Formats: sequence, C-alpha cells, structure tokens
Amino acid sequence: MADKKHSDHHQEQHWVWKYVFSVDHKVIGLQYLITSFLFLLFGFGLLMLLRWQLAYPGQPVPLFGRFLPEALAPGGVLMPHFYNALGAMHGTIMVFLGMVPLGVGGYGNYILPLQIGAPDMAFPRLNMMSYWVYVVGGILMLSSFFIPGGAAQSGWTSYPPLADISPGQTMWLVAMIFVITSSLLGSINFIVTTLNMRAQGMTLSKMPIFVWGQLVTAVLLLLAFPPLEAAAVLQVMDRVFGTSFYLPTGLVIFGQTLDVSGGGHPLLWQHLFWFLAHPEVYVLILPAIGIVAEIIANNTRKPLFGYKEIVASMLFLGVMSFLVWAHHMYLAGMSSKLSNFFLVTTLIISVPSVAILTCLILSLRGASIRYSVPMLFALAFLPLFGIGGLTGLPLGLTTTDIYLHDTYYVIGHFHYVVVTGSLIALMGGVYYWFPKWFGRRMDDFWGKVHFWGTVITMNGIFFPMFIQGLAGVQRRLYDPTAQAHNLPTQPLNVVSSVFAWLLFLAQIPFIWNFFYSMFKGKKSEENPWKATTLEWACPSPPPHGNFETPPKVYRGPYEYSVPGAKTDWTPQHVET
Amino acid sequence: MTESNYGWGLPTAASTFAKEIDFGIYLIHAAMFAIFILWGIFFVYLLIRYRARPGVAAKHEEHGILASLIPDFIVLAFELCLIFLYAIPSWSRIKVETPGAQDSLTVEVTAEQFAWDIHYPGPDGKFGRRDPALVHASNVLGLDPNDPSALDDIVTVNEMHIPLGRPTLMGLTSKDVIHSFFVPDFRIKQDAVPGMRIPVWFEPTKTGKFEIGCAQLCGFGHALMRGDVFVHAPKEFENWLVDQKPALNPTGK
Amino acid sequence: MSSTAHAEHLQEPVTGIPNGKLGIWLFLASEVMLFSTLFTTYIILRVAAPEWPRGWEVLNVPLAMTNTFVLITSSVTMVLAYAKAVTREKAAFNKYLGLTIALGFVFLGIKAIEYGAKFEHRIAPSTSIFYAIYFTTTGLHGLHVIGGIIANSVLLWLSNKQWDHPLFVGRIEYAGLYWHFVDIVWIFLFPALYLL
Repeated sequence: MADKKHSDHHQEQHWVWKYVFSVDHKVIGLQYLITSFLFLLFGFGLLMLLRWQLAYPGQPVPLFGRFLPEALAPGGVLMPHFYNALGAMHGTIMVFLGMVPLGVGGYGNYILPLQIGAPDMAFPRLNMMSYWVYVVGGILMLSSFFIPGGAAQSGWTSYPPLADISPGQTMWLVAMIFVITSSLLGSINFIVTTLNMRAQGMTLSKMPIFVWGQLVTAVLLLLAFPPLEAAAVLQVMDRVFGTSFYLPTGLVIFGQTLDVSGGGHPLLWQHLFWFLAHPEVYVLILPAIGIVAEIIANNTRKPLFGYKEIVASMLFLGVMSFLVWAHHMYLAGMSSKLSNFFLVTTLIISVPSVAILTCLILSLRGASIRYSVPMLFALAFLPLFGIGGLTGLPLGLTTTDIYLHDTYYVIGHFHYVVVTGSLIALMGGVYYWFPKWFGRRMDDFWGKVHFWGTVITMNGIFFPMFIQGLAGVQRRLYDPTAQAHNLPTQPLNVVSSVFAWLLFLAQIPFIWNFFYSMFKGKKSEENPWKATTLEWACPSPPPHGNFETPPKVYRGPYEYSVPGAKTDWTPQHVET
Repeated sequence: MTESNYGWGLPTAASTFAKEIDFGIYLIHAAMFAIFILWGIFFVYLLIRYRARPGVAAKHEEHGILASLIPDFIVLAFELCLIFLYAIPSWSRIKVETPGAQDSLTVEVTAEQFAWDIHYPGPDGKFGRRDPALVHASNVLGLDPNDPSALDDIVTVNEMHIPLGRPTLMGLTSKDVIHSFFVPDFRIKQDAVPGMRIPVWFEPTKTGKFEIGCAQLCGFGHALMRGDVFVHAPKEFENWLVDQKPALNPTGK
Repeated sequence: MSSTAHAEHLQEPVTGIPNGKLGIWLFLASEVMLFSTLFTTYIILRVAAPEWPRGWEVLNVPLAMTNTFVLITSSVTMVLAYAKAVTREKAAFNKYLGLTIALGFVFLGIKAIEYGAKFEHRIAPSTSIFYAIYFTTTGLHGLHVIGGIIANSVLLWLSNKQWDHPLFVGRIEYAGLYWHFVDIVWIFLFPALYLL
C-alpha cells in the first residue's frame, strides 16, 4: 500500500521480496520488531514455568505440565537440569534474541534513517542479511531444546568448567556466534548510515538523542561483541576438539579424572564474557534512553533540558563501559587489589547515568505535560530505572557485594534496569511510533490498561527480590526450600510468581490492541503527536525511499514552543 | 535453634567483620531511600505543577544547566567518600590482609559437585599431599597414603567445625566446576575455582550452627549443595578434634 | 536491487568517505578486537603456564617463513591489481588479482602440509594448551584467508561484467584492505607462535 506512487516506475515486486526478503529498512525494522517481541514472549513463557517451581517446588506444573516430555518433567514436575535449562535460556533469549534486536534491530532500523533524513540504510542488502542471520541464530537457539541432553543449562553467563562439561552448550555457542555476527553486521550498517547518510543540514549537534543513543550502541556492539565471539570459539574448541582453554590441570568430575591436557584458566572466560556483557548493559539501556528522550521532548512541548549534557554523558558511558567489566568478578578469585580499580571505575560510570536522569527530569520543569500513553511509559521509566541504578550501588561497592553478590538482590537490580527500565521504554516506543508504522493509532484506553497492569505487576515481581537478597537467598536454586536461610522469605517467591503470571495477563490488551489497531485502528494524521523530528516529515507509513524530496534541516531536534512561532512545534525541516 | 538465625532481614551477624558489612548495607540503603524519596517528591511536584492546561504554554528557554550538575557532583562526592573511607579500607581488612597462620585454625576447603570437603591437618599440623588421580569414594580428596603427613589428616564432608575466639584461615579450591562458599551469618562469600587456591578467613563471634550455601550455579544439584559450620567453645572444639578418626585410617587399626 | 542503487548513488557521503570504505574500516576494527582477544588469551595462558614449548623446536619454521613470504608477496600483487584497476588496464588487473588468489591457495597448501605433519605425529589441538592456541589461531586465520580468496575470486569473476561499474574500483580497494589485514595478522602470529 505504501508503494503505490513508486511502484509506477519500479516494477511490481513479488510479495516474497517485498515482505520477506525485503531490503527496505522499514520492512526489516518491523520484521525485527515482531520477531524480537515473539522471542520476548517465548522467553517470558520459560520464566512462567520456572516461577512455578520457585513458588511451589516439587509440585506438578498445572495446565502445561502434561505437555512437557517425561525426560524433562516427569509427571509435570520440572527436573533440576530442565530448570537450569529454563534459567539459562530465559536469560539468553531475553537479552540476545529479545531486547537487543528489539532496541537496535527494530527501532534503530525503522526510526534511525527516518530521523536523519536518509532514504534507507547505507547497506540495504547487508541489513537484510543481518536479520536473517539473527533468525537462523534464534532458530538454532530454540532447537537446542530438542537435541538429546536438552538446552544449555549453565546460566546465560555460561561459566566454564561447568559450561565445558554440560549438555546443550555447543548448540548455544553456535547459535550465539550467529547472533553475534548479525549484531556486528548491523552495527557497521548503523554507524555508516549515521555518519554518512544524514540529510543536508543535519549536523551531529542537530541529531535527535535517539540517533545518538543508537550510534553509541552500535560502537559498543562493534567493539565488545568480537571478544565474546572469540571466547565462544574457544569454548567450542574445548567442547568439540578437546582443548583446555578454560580447564585447569587435575579436574575430577564425580570421582573421574577428566581426560584433558589442562593448562587453561576458568577465569579467562569470565574476563572475556564480561568485557562484552558490561557494555551489553548499555546496549540494552541506551536505545531505551533515546526513546524516552524523544517521547519526553514531544510531550512536554519544550526543548529537552541539557541536550549537550545528555550526548556527552552517553559518549562517556560508552567509553567507560569498557573499563568496568570485572566488577562482576570481585569474588571470582581475581587479585583483590584489582578489585579496587574496578570499584573506582564502576562508581565513576554511575555519574553520567545520574546526569542523564537529572536532565530528563528537569525537562519537565516549565513544561506543558501531555499525559499520552507513550508519555506514561516514558515517565514510568524515570523512577523505575532510578531504582535499578540506585540498587547497583551496594553491588558495585566491593565490601557490600561480598554479601549481596549472586543473591536475589542482583536479579532484582538488573531486572529493574532492563525490564522496568529498558522494556518499559521500548513498549512506550510502540505507542509513540505506531502511527508512523501503520498510519493508524493504537487505542488509548487499552493502552492505559496495559500501562498500569504492566507497571504494577513488574514491581510486584522484582521488588520482593531485594528483600530476598538481603536475607541471603542465592540465585539459580532449583529448590528454594532446600536451605534453611532461604525458608523465611519463601512466601515472597509466591508473590513474585503470581505477579509474573499477572504480567502475562497484562500483555493481552497490548497484543490485541497492536493487531487490532494495525488493521482497524483510527486513521492517523501524518504528524499526530505534533512532533519536530524528521520521521514525521514524510507520509505514514513512509513510501519506498522515505522522502519525496530529500529534506533539509534548519534547526535542532526539539524546537517546541518557540516564542513567536505560530504553532507550539517548529519542525526541523521547515524553513521559516 | 538455628531457625532463629534467619528471618526477613539480614541474618544474625556472627563474625568479626559482619557488623562492618552491615554498616555499609544500612548506610547505602538509607542514602538510597533518602535520594529516592526526595527525588520522588520533586518528580511528582513537577508532574502536577506542569501538567498541560489550556492557555498555559511551555517555556522554551532552558536555564540552570550548571545547577543541574549539582546532583551529579553530590553523587560523585558521596561515592568517593564511600570508596575511600569505607569500601577500600574494609575490603582490604576482609579480603586482602589475612591473619597469621599460627594464630588461626587452618583448614583446606574443597568444593565438589555437590558437597564441601573440609580437610584438617591432624595432630602433626601438616596437610598431606593430595593427588587428583587418587580421588575415590573412600578418599574424596585423593590423599596420598605414601606421604607421612597425610596419614593423620582429618576430612569431614559438609560439616565444618571451628573454634570460637580465633580466626579460621582456609584455602578454598574446587575439584570440578566453580562453586561459591557462602555463610550468610558470617557475611563471607568467595568463589571456589578449580586450579586456584584462594585464601579466605573469618573469625566467628557466636557459637552455634550456621549454614553454608553454594552461591555459584554448579550443576543440577546446586540447590542441594549445603553444609553447616559448627562454632564451638575452644575446649569443646579440642574435644571434637580428638574424637575424629584419620581419613586414611577410619577404623583406627 | 533498485533500492540498493538508490541508497548508494543518490547521496554524497556526508563525511566524504565512501560508505563501503567506512564500512570495511569498521569491520576491520571489529576484526582487530577479535584477534586481540586471541592474542590476550595467548599471553595470559602463556604467562600462567609452568612450562612452554619453544616454538622453533616443535613447529616448522622454514615452512612458516615461506608462508610469510607468500602472503607478503600476495599483498604486493593485490596492490598492483588495485593500481591496474585504477589505470583501467583490464588484462594486467586480471593477472595480478589471479596471482593474489593463487598465492592465497599456496599459503593454504603449505599450511595443510604443516597441519598434516602434526596430525601424523598424533598431535592435535587437545595435546596441550600450546597446540590448542596454535591450531585455534592459525585455523581462524586460515578461515580468514579462505574468506579473502572467496572475495577476490568473486571480484575477478565480476570484473567481466562490472568492469565499468562506478563502484568496482572501490570494491577492489576494500577487498585489498581486508587482504592486507589478513596479512598483518599473520605477521603477528608468526613470531608469537614460532619464534618467541
């Protein structure tokens, strides 16, 4: 439908090329968006199973239990190795197949070229390839549930030697190599597009915060993922060719001496893994901050407070994120003195995050706040991400981390950052850009139902984890009642689980609203939010090639309520 | 008896440095609450004060960029204080400086899937040689019977007995995968890494039974990997030690 | 396909660096991270090892020396192929690019002889941590050589049809940059494994 005008001079494309193997960044963006939401839903499904075991250990899973194979869940009761597989796959799928492809592949692909006034990505075919490599990686990851021995079960962090000797891990590694390759190709594309394809007048200092977020994210992906790729290759070597990169000499597994040469080191993996995985945190959060910044600027009807400060903070975060990785390893056995170095860098990196949050809040001062559905999500992001950030403090401090490390406190902390932080923002983005994608609007009432349902249940899941963590409950326990110190807070596991299942119910209005509005929603005008950025300067949905004529940019991205202007928004591309 | 150790908050503080760690946890949480509440009040005020009202336009100018840096600097100053006045000194007391071996009880703790093997040197005060090739169901640590100092060594599984009143200094390692030695009441946690011997110490301040958990995913039995530390009065501990049979000669023939 | 042309032609790159060139440099940056990780691994494991075999005693230095020479020569022929593409001398271009590809195969052949000799002595990656590193790094480098050969062969094949395509010379340049990178990696690998 979008192609009407252009298809006159392009020859009519077969639907396979138009919707499946398309090279158009908008189609690829939506493919990423929908695929990654499906992965998020699947990863969430794994979690709901897992939470049953935590709330009611040893009891058969109701409803779904009977569909589970006997080998994994005899009589519907999860086996410990299946529980561990659920945990590992939940983490992996949510992070690598859900959040990153959603924030970068989905939003980045669709919105970034539009916001800088480009007709497409710099390398459209490479873009398509990134998507399909990601799909292959995702399918391999899912198929690992069906291979003998089951899926990977050593946590999403895959620490050897356990990961070297556990079943399912090889498939995990191969799938990861695909996913990493996809991200690498994508990040090259994003950087080149942002640097080279900007419209006339779109200088770096006029780029929306969202674009800055994507640019820094792409650099992080480009430089942080190769070490993990190398680490994964070494683990594949260990598992397939019998090398000992991560295996020291003299391992005895269940009374049997392990027949390997030895001479490797288990901590090597941890260093390589966290060298990626800490920048990865910012890969998860920067696109979200970008979305929040766009929504806040638009709904406060005033320029974003401290544009330069936010951009500088993002760049600083990007650089610093390569210098903090070992704060995950205070207790891993590395030199205790080295910990002090990472302690200092870790607390330094919290400052730019505080600065960004401060700017976003101060943007509300003097505003005229429209409480639209996307704005609700963006506003909820601020305090909830704040909780995530604050609870990082006792974990980042070496001394308090001795007690809190590897407890539920950690799980609460990073879920506040990634779920009530990033995911909330990414959901808000759907409501904000839906009119752009489909030319229709999502229903406000069901949007608000979704919002309140989601925010309340998410807090219900994750807040109890802080209390459990303070009581000393460790992570990744198949049976939370096996140890005396975990018993008093066991009722909180039931609370978390019930809220997790309610969170699923809260997503039903969202899913329904999304698909219903796609076809039957209220028709939207071209610029329904009265926004200033370039993505609203072309038809919705944009035709092939995006802009009728290449746009020209005259001013910064957030010129709202300019004194003397006729309207309270002055778009970037309008000459006055 | 031990049930009372564990509740909804932090468990009993039963080691010399537990109070120091608790101080940090309480201090940071107090600061976190203060920041969050102040900040929340300001946030809600902004949300109400600047809601969209007909006829009231948003203000275009932005001012006070420098003032917005104040929270950043307050946070930075607070964190620098935490680092240099609290974290680094206390970390070095707990994790870097270890008490002298002559004033302490020395034990070797070896983690395995899914148990804790505690190795005492026996009356001669010397740990016997261990060889992974000799590990067997009846010799979990692979003690070498040809080494004279191994003959009187004592090995317990999942039960660690220690005296009150002096530090326990342990060498922590693992036979197979990474585990993590965690005694909530002592506020001590340290990963046990195969191929490494990591020194860990603590000094109990209470007698009783305290739970050891594993804090690092170590396989399907991770949840069941638990043990107990029994802290005895010094005299009782000596009695317990005398009653133990050497690991290589359990019948005492 | 039309959209590709659309994106690549219609717009002048803002930075003045063509998209392809910027892209290949970014790709090489990620490759540098990949190989530096492997080098770091090598250093860490070597420092931690109680003993380390002397590379020149257990590995075949003359063969590796020859291979170094082969790769450096192939870098030279790659540069000449690019020069001929710029000066529009098609026959000479074909000759030099073909030579580059052939030298790539020679490198792989010599590598295969080296590997074969090791396997004959029942030496595999699992033999020791030294051989684990030797096989992994040289193997991964070998895969990169194969990748380069494939890229160069595709360009050689395309040169018949796309000789006058406006982006063709650029593509030769990018393939050249990659090929030089593969060469440089070997120049680091050779002393690290064989001579130090």
